[in-house]
Amino acid sequence: MYLNMEILRFTTAGSVDDGKSTLIGRLLFDSKSIFLDQLEAISKISNRKGLNQIDLSLLTDGLKDEREQGITIDVAYRYFATPKRKFIIADTPGHIQYTRNMVTGASTANVALILIDARKGVIEQTFRHSFIASLLQIPHLVVCVNKMDLVNYNENTFNEIVNTYKNFASKLDVKDISFIPISALMGDNVVNRSNNMDWYQGATLMHTLENMHIGSDQNHLDPRFAVQTVIRPHTEQYHDYRAYAGRIDGGVFRKDEEVLVMPSGLKSKIKAIYYGDVEIEVAFPPMSVSITLNDDIDISRGDMIVKPNNQPNSTQDIEVMFCWLNQNQLNMSGKYLLKHTTNQVKAIFKEIIYKIDISTVSRNETDKQIGTNDIFRAKIRTTKPLQFDPYRRNRNTGSLILIDETTNETIAAGMIV
Amino acid sequence: MNNYLLKHLQELESESIFIIREVFAQFENPAILFSGGKDSIVITHLAKKAFWPAKIPFPLVHIDTGHNFPETITYRNWLVNQLGANLIVGFVQNTIDAGKVKEETGLNASRNVLQTTTLLDTINENKFDSCMGGARRDEEKARAKERIFSHRDEFGQWNPKNQRPELWNLFNGKKLTDEHFRVFPISNWTEMDIWQYILFENITLPTLYFSHQRQVFERNGSLLSVSPYVTLRAGEVAENKTIRYRTCGDITITGAIESTASTVQEIILELAASRLTERGNREDDKRSETSMEDRKKEGYF
Repeated sequence: MYLNMEILRFTTAGSVDDGKSTLIGRLLFDSKSIFLDQLEAISKISNRKGLNQIDLSLLTDGLKDEREQGITIDVAYRYFATPKRKFIIADTPGHIQYTRNMVTGASTANVALILIDARKGVIEQTFRHSFIASLLQIPHLVVCVNKMDLVNYNENTFNEIVNTYKNFASKLDVKDISFIPISALMGDNVVNRSNNMDWYQGATLMHTLENMHIGSDQNHLDPRFAVQTVIRPHTEQYHDYRAYAGRIDGGVFRKDEEVLVMPSGLKSKIKAIYYGDVEIEVAFPPMSVSITLNDDIDISRGDMIVKPNNQPNSTQDIEVMFCWLNQNQLNMSGKYLLKHTTNQVKAIFKEIIYKIDISTVSRNETDKQIGTNDIFRAKIRTTKPLQFDPYRRNRNTGSLILIDETTNETIAAGMIV
Repeated sequence: MNNYLLKHLQELESESIFIIREVFAQFENPAILFSGGKDSIVITHLAKKAFWPAKIPFPLVHIDTGHNFPETITYRNWLVNQLGANLIVGFVQNTIDAGKVKEETGLNASRNVLQTTTLLDTINENKFDSCMGGARRDEEKARAKERIFSHRDEFGQWNPKNQRPELWNLFNGKKLTDEHFRVFPISNWTEMDIWQYILFENITLPTLYFSHQRQVFERNGSLLSVSPYVTLRAGEVAENKTIRYRTCGDITITGAIESTASTVQEIILELAASRLTERGNREDDKRSETSMEDRKKEGYF
């Protein structure tokens, strides 16, 4: 039963009125993923609210406050599967004050669905969400022009929006963008082809999601293995056994290959790679494995195993694009905790280089005040060198977070330039 | 050229193992919350893989309401013995006897809500700084919003408005001394994923999940088991039926489904055709629309 599937993670970003929740509800409904009692529950609520049709958005709005106000406050995760793929949806709020939640939901996504209300066209929010998707290096963007039923399914309206978006998108770092005219409410081009838009020859949203090529989304070129923990059984049978456990963060590792441990610089060869309790020949991302080496060298959490001829950058002075997630302003004299792969160090800000004005996607080099939801480029210095790759090259070894030591909150998301 | 793509069960498995190892690395005193249900059984199986060939470095913690299916207790004891695991049991009866909570009375009484107090007490007594549970996001709407590393305050309470942003695979488990974390390694697994995994890995489950004969009666649209803890009302008739359980809570509140599915394959086929959600038959969730959310705010699983 659906055994040969991959997982595709996508986010949906759109303002409260763009019909994002209705779209997700429609995907679940038309792919027959909604169980009968869930449907009964939302029918009852729809009736209670005085709505004529089943309000599909009720499927995804979960918390009490949200249901009362009719908006999405936090990230909600929904799951469905077709015979081809398992899907994980991160449904995120559209309001600017919830940028932090969009960034959360988007960080591991393969695809970003950008929703545009056909009556309004491209607005500030469209730019902001698209920019964030590109900043987080989400490999594929699908722009859904929604509510086509309210503009008479007009082809010109759709094309104008596509052109405006393409002009803006030329400034973004996105490799793959598709455009689909839909009506989430009526169901046009979501799962089933529209009968009202013969002029559109492209794929439906579901078809696009099911067939999108995501095989190249992970880095298979640069071998990277950040050690999470060391497994030492200390039993009779496994007296001297020592394995390094973690997730392959990049590239491919094979038995007998020569490896280099950073930051120590010590070398060894891979003795064996285990997936669970089974020995395997090859390991690649995102497998969680344990690795044993020929030599008994000192390796601990935070160290990274790589190949001698392909090393990551290793330095304490790093340039990073940040998204500030916290309510409090950035304090230039503050010391922050920094988490990068399995490493934890302290970091300070040396310089704010520029802030980004999202609506124009331009750099502001004069205003250096950093507050909540700001996106900016900065130089930082860490207490110990980090082993990293540019985020563009590897989302696992190029990402980091900053933590406020007094409140323990995660205050910033960083992408190494 | 090889195809470096993981199938979905392996990707989910790898993600869960990563999370379990992070818990081990970041916390001093973690525990696995074990109910004897399929989700916590899968978590235990994943933990075993995560640390192989070493033993699971955490105790299994069972909050025993005293209203369990006997089969659950039998299974729990068998598994603990098999793994050579450390089992810690928190008894709701003790909490009642100590006067900290009052037994519910009335026809629909259950000990479900009382568990929270026992759970929090057990966490405090053992000074657990993190507890891993088998909750999944697809189960219920309040769970859909949960983080994988979910921060709880010193009262064990969950504040949905203040959960930390969770980015990439970087989990922030920093906390003050009296606080703790609930961690949910199988957040991204669906019910179907769990069963497929059970099939592939040949995981043994309590017999409750498989078709068997039982004395049951109907109440509020659910088929409840006859047991020493439930009193039948006038008009309620106990009958012998061929049933199985899709979810295993307390015997007082878990509804059975009529089914002849007696193998994992048959269960999967039945599930695929099923139109009702897994927890739809849980009386505890039906108490109000925000039942789960309210319980979580109090400190429930």
